[in-house]
Amino acid sequence: MSAREEGGLHAPAHASHSSAGHGHPAEHTPVFTGDNRKKLDEILSRYPSKMAALLPALWIAQDEQGWVSEGAMAEIAGLLELTPAYVKGVVTFYTMYHQHPVGRHFIQVCTTSPCGVCGAEDVAKAFLKHTGCGELGVTSPDGKYTVIEVECLGACGFATPIMINDDFIESVTPERVPEILGTLK
Amino acid sequence: MGYPHKSHPRETPILSKHFGDPDARTLSGWRQRGGYRALEQALGTSPADIVNVVKESGLRGRGGAGFPTGMKWSFMKPGDGKPHYLCCNADESEPGTFKDREIMRWTPHALIEGCAIGAHAIGAETAYIYIRGEFTEPIRVMEEAVRDAYRDGILGKNAMGSGKRVDVHVHRGAGAYICGEETALMNSLEGRRGNPRIKPPFPAVAGLFGQPTTINNVETLTAVPHILTNGAAWYKAMSLSSPKSTGSKLFSVCGNIRKPGNYEITMGFPFKEFLYDLCGGPLPGRKFKAIIPGGSSVPIQTVEEAEATLMDYEGFVAQGTMLGSGGVIVFDDSQCMVKQIARLARFYAHESCAQCTQCREGTAWTTRILERIEHGEGTMEDLDTLLEIGDNMTGKTICVLSDSCATPVASGIKKWRNEFEAHIKQKRCPMRTAVAA
Ligand SMILES: Cc1cc2nc3c(=O)[nH]c(=O)nc-3n(C[C@H](O)[C@H](O)[C@H](O)COP(=O)(O)O)c2cc1C
Ligand code: SF4
Ligand code: FES
Repeated sequence: MSAREEGGLHAPAHASHSSAGHGHPAEHTPVFTGDNRKKLDEILSRYPSKMAALLPALWIAQDEQGWVSEGAMAEIAGLLELTPAYVKGVVTFYTMYHQHPVGRHFIQVCTTSPCGVCGAEDVAKAFLKHTGCGELGVTSPDGKYTVIEVECLGACGFATPIMINDDFIESVTPERVPEILGTLK
Repeated sequence: MGYPHKSHPRETPILSKHFGDPDARTLSGWRQRGGYRALEQALGTSPADIVNVVKESGLRGRGGAGFPTGMKWSFMKPGDGKPHYLCCNADESEPGTFKDREIMRWTPHALIEGCAIGAHAIGAETAYIYIRGEFTEPIRVMEEAVRDAYRDGILGKNAMGSGKRVDVHVHRGAGAYICGEETALMNSLEGRRGNPRIKPPFPAVAGLFGQPTTINNVETLTAVPHILTNGAAWYKAMSLSSPKSTGSKLFSVCGNIRKPGNYEITMGFPFKEFLYDLCGGPLPGRKFKAIIPGGSSVPIQTVEEAEATLMDYEGFVAQGTMLGSGGVIVFDDSQCMVKQIARLARFYAHESCAQCTQCREGTAWTTRILERIEHGEGTMEDLDTLLEIGDNMTGKTICVLSDSCATPVASGIKKWRNEFEAHIKQKRCPMRTAVAA
């Protein structure tokens, strides 16, 4: 039942990954060239071990690709002198790394108790309805949205907080959902 | 200034004084407000002297356990020839807690200053601020502030011209409540899965990268510059009750209450006045039913217990709970306690790192039984089973996440047993029916 095991509690974000428009993992275009390589080198200078740059490197890959592909994991393993299996073991521990492509707008709604008592479940439902996703963790047919429920986002006094990709939005109510979706391209 | 509200006259805004003021975020704005003077002074003071001032102030850890900060720092031995590290715990993921987020969003330089002083005091050249991955805005603000501090020579190999090296780096987490546990945080920073480590060895002996390490919460470190500037006696005098609880403390308030937000009060403030006067009391037409005062891991209080509480480490214990992280979660009379406790158990089941059997199985089993009761499919024996599982989950695992799941369940069954029994006897949630009718 733990999210750290196979078959975690919440619907995984990769329940459906048939959406179009994402590269196939086999054709990996290197992530760590140019600016990304420079960024990684700067990060490496902050730590006494190469391995400590693993989480930051995975973030760079996810920012670049929208998810962390097997190809990216192998590339990072090579750069940090780790095995791809080790990198995968770390990736699967952390819920924020996507192991499969997700919708262009990845929507996370906090439904833990403090938000729950302020109506967070209705916010999640409103997103499922208005995005056409229908179900948690399933990407909408147009590849635009994925909605998931998450545990406490650390903003409980601003119920209900949500995240859309890297944007954090506070005090979301079901009524605000259409307007919020309207601002997305 | 409190946030998002204006500071209440009865608050003691020290850490929160500049919340909501964008100018305080900038380096120049921060300097105008007296910023970095404490660091300059500290860099010219011996580590032992700084540790003594912090010890004398009575400052205790604000991350949850309340361990005396000066004593923790004194476990480090500057000059032992090893690299030392300071980790700042900004993983803030305990349901109900959202104070460190505001400190980082509004006063990033206050935290950098606290980290730099802490690093110097424990003989470390490097401090890492580990921020939970979801805090995209605090991360951006902190990274910008760190960049400005380097550019201005506050950080780096000759920090503020002192000839001493102080590096501060922001490290982004990636979604895992357990990484707030200190040894899990170190594993995560090292690029491993965030599993807590077996102790001993304690971090002061072998922590980050196997070296002597101190780990402190954001709020703890942010209090330090104020203590150095104003003196230990000033800090110690801020206490309305027990001499063992000193200083100001940020409380995050959420759930069914009129004015949720962050409030900074002097230790020992009466909880009743806090809930009704500062936070505005219950929503119109509602009554408070249950309160979790210190983040979701501490025992749940009845309203009577909460109203009799003085808000400090000893005061919360005297009323059957703990101060914890200062995350106050309020449930009113429209909430079903069985549902709420089941949801909390589900949180712990989701966040268990799964390396201890009692925790991995116990959190999952507890959740299943509670959800079964909530849906009217439970039996009276289930209540005994829950308490038995809870017993097996307490004091037997590598970290206390397991205990944290058992705690609200045990206090919930004890204090709202009638609600559990009503679900079992009526084979449905009595409150849901009442609402539907
Ligand atoms: C499961 C678990 C989660 C924790 N999460 C946090 C957290 O998010 N932030 C924090 O400061 N401390 C957290 N702690 C407490 C830390 O382990 C540690 O005690 C604290 O960071 C020490 O700092 P302090 O002495 O300044 O309080 C957590 C502990 C446990 C067992
Ligand atoms: S108690 Fe739970 S979270 Fe803590 S180490 Fe054991 S399995 Fe992991
Ligand atoms: S419970 Fe929703 S942000 Fe904390």
